[in-house]
Amino acid sequence: MAHELVEALVGMKEKEVLRIAEELLGRGEDPLEILRLSQEAMGIVGERYEEGEYFLPELVMSGEILKKVAALVKPRMAAGAPAAQKLGKVILGTVRGDIHDIGKDIVAFVLDVNGFEVTDLGINVPEEKFVEAVKANDAQVLALSGFLTLAFDSMKSTVAAVEGAGLRSNVRIIIGGGHMDETVRQFTGADAYGDDAMAAVTFAKQVVGVN
Amino acid sequence: MATTEKPWKELSAAERQAFRLNAWLNPEGLEFESSEAEAAYKARVTRLTDAITLERTPDRVPVYAFVGFHPASWAGLSPYEAMNDYDRAAQAWLDYNLDLQADAQIPPIFNAVPARAFELLDYRSYIWPGHGLEKHQGYQYVEAEFMKEDEYDALIDDPTDFLLRTYLPRVAGAYEGFAKFPAPIDLVELPFAPSNMLGYAAPELLASFEKLAAIGKETAAWGEKMFPVIGRLMAAGLPLYDGAATKAPFDLLGDTLRGTREMIFDMFRQPEKVLEACDRLVPLCVKWVTARATSGSVPLVFIPLHKGADGFMSDEQFRTFYWPSLRRLIDGLVAEGFIPRLFAEGKYESRLEAIRDVPKASVVWHFDQTDMAKAKEALAGIACIAGNVSPSLYYTATPQEVTAYCRGLIEKVAPGGGFILDVGVVADDAKHENLRAMVQAAKDFGAY
Repeated sequence: MAHELVEALVGMKEKEVLRIAEELLGRGEDPLEILRLSQEAMGIVGERYEEGEYFLPELVMSGEILKKVAALVKPRMAAGAPAAQKLGKVILGTVRGDIHDIGKDIVAFVLDVNGFEVTDLGINVPEEKFVEAVKANDAQVLALSGFLTLAFDSMKSTVAAVEGAGLRSNVRIIIGGGHMDETVRQFTGADAYGDDAMAAVTFAKQVVGVN
Repeated sequence: MATTEKPWKELSAAERQAFRLNAWLNPEGLEFESSEAEAAYKARVTRLTDAITLERTPDRVPVYAFVGFHPASWAGLSPYEAMNDYDRAAQAWLDYNLDLQADAQIPPIFNAVPARAFELLDYRSYIWPGHGLEKHQGYQYVEAEFMKEDEYDALIDDPTDFLLRTYLPRVAGAYEGFAKFPAPIDLVELPFAPSNMLGYAAPELLASFEKLAAIGKETAAWGEKMFPVIGRLMAAGLPLYDGAATKAPFDLLGDTLRGTREMIFDMFRQPEKVLEACDRLVPLCVKWVTARATSGSVPLVFIPLHKGADGFMSDEQFRTFYWPSLRRLIDGLVAEGFIPRLFAEGKYESRLEAIRDVPKASVVWHFDQTDMAKAKEALAGIACIAGNVSPSLYYTATPQEVTAYCRGLIEKVAPGGGFILDVGVVADDAKHENLRAMVQAAKDFGAY
């Protein structure tokens, strides 16, 4: 039987989640345990998304509730709490000239709940910013998002910039967005394309060698 | 204006549709360039009408190229130039349509819009080339929370007042003074009228009027260049496709007023308010079209659909939040003889069962990434389907690959009629030879 906090969060019951979290804190529960339960719930939300039971609304809403729980418990946490071990590092962003973010945000969510450390550079990200982030983070995966046809060109120039910086052999690149397929992948020079958010997870797991 | 034998009020929806289709076929006051142009125009409208009304198979598969800024790049203009140089933009769209020879024209008025007027407007819902974007980039939508979470009651109580005095001042700097727009009801009695009249002494409102006057002047200068293009293309044999546009109530709320994230919060935190607001917006979205329509208006009404696509919500959420108010909007338009062209951007495969429930032979479902064979199977005998040459094909592939795809698509979904070949999603950029290949494919392989 899952903890009632997990159940409430998975059920998108915002007020109940916050009430339970406050009660737990009031009873002297370790704030870290509350965060751990919340993460457990987010994992279940991610699974349900992968299984086609949950959709964008549940990802966005659970993220919002999690933010509120974190705001509640963090002031009571000791500094320097141990961070969880991550599977690998992913740099993510919507390419230059494109400001669409919904798909990118979903990818960030599912990568995160699947154990990856995601650096989200945001939207309209210039080529050199991707290159810098790959270098600075020693990332294994670069995920480029875009929705418009002009994103095809920006993806291509971003891949070329990574190549030009001598980093191409260090990082594997996946593209995703509204209209990606094998033809666009070849056009951009990426290693893979994603039809949906889970494709990014499958790809990233392959790259770091986990199932 | 064309007239009917019976008063409009007494006409059935089917009679109104027939009337509008006839007006589309025989545009009043239009002088064709030649008898050939007239014959081509009529053949095209007849072809489109046959595909849409499902009454018989057309002579061949109609083809449309639903493009955005592509006519500009084809003519060597950047989107920036298309939005700033009205003369060259008008010429580009004219030449482009004449060159492509699809079954209807793409008018310049949706993309070659007046940048200077938007600058004066200080419009905050979009960024455009030279205003937040580089010159080679087409305009893009920017979400913001133009309606707060506690403003549902105000919207539901009086949507027009909310749009006029709350939304407009937030979405455009030039409208900021409209927050003080005086109450119209004051004018019903002389002794109350001065409080209305005094409202116009507010400096903020005066500043707005001055800005709007300049915007109107600039937009009129633009219109003088752009609208004649539509008439010239019609005279050359190329009919209009969309005559008007509106939006699904849920999208009006989610895209424009609340924003995607906020709309999602509302679905969980105040679902009843969301549903009530969607219902309240239905007549507004119908009137958006009907209020400026004449009996000669082109029947197709473009409705871009956003937040109901696969992945955006579950089937249950779609049937609860998205579809009921959209369905009522469709009914409202069909009752007036209009033909909603529902642009199902993204994938709509999980919605195919739900969206079969539309008035028969009265809408066009335009698909983007939806499997067209599945769409045809679901909607055969119910609605015309259109689409779906992808950007991957028209932007990155070869003309031969485009031809092969179109030929395969025609073989799969054209039998029996009720199909319009088109791109899947608005082409801001493309290889022109690929769009030509698409148009040619309908002519070469689309004969019935």
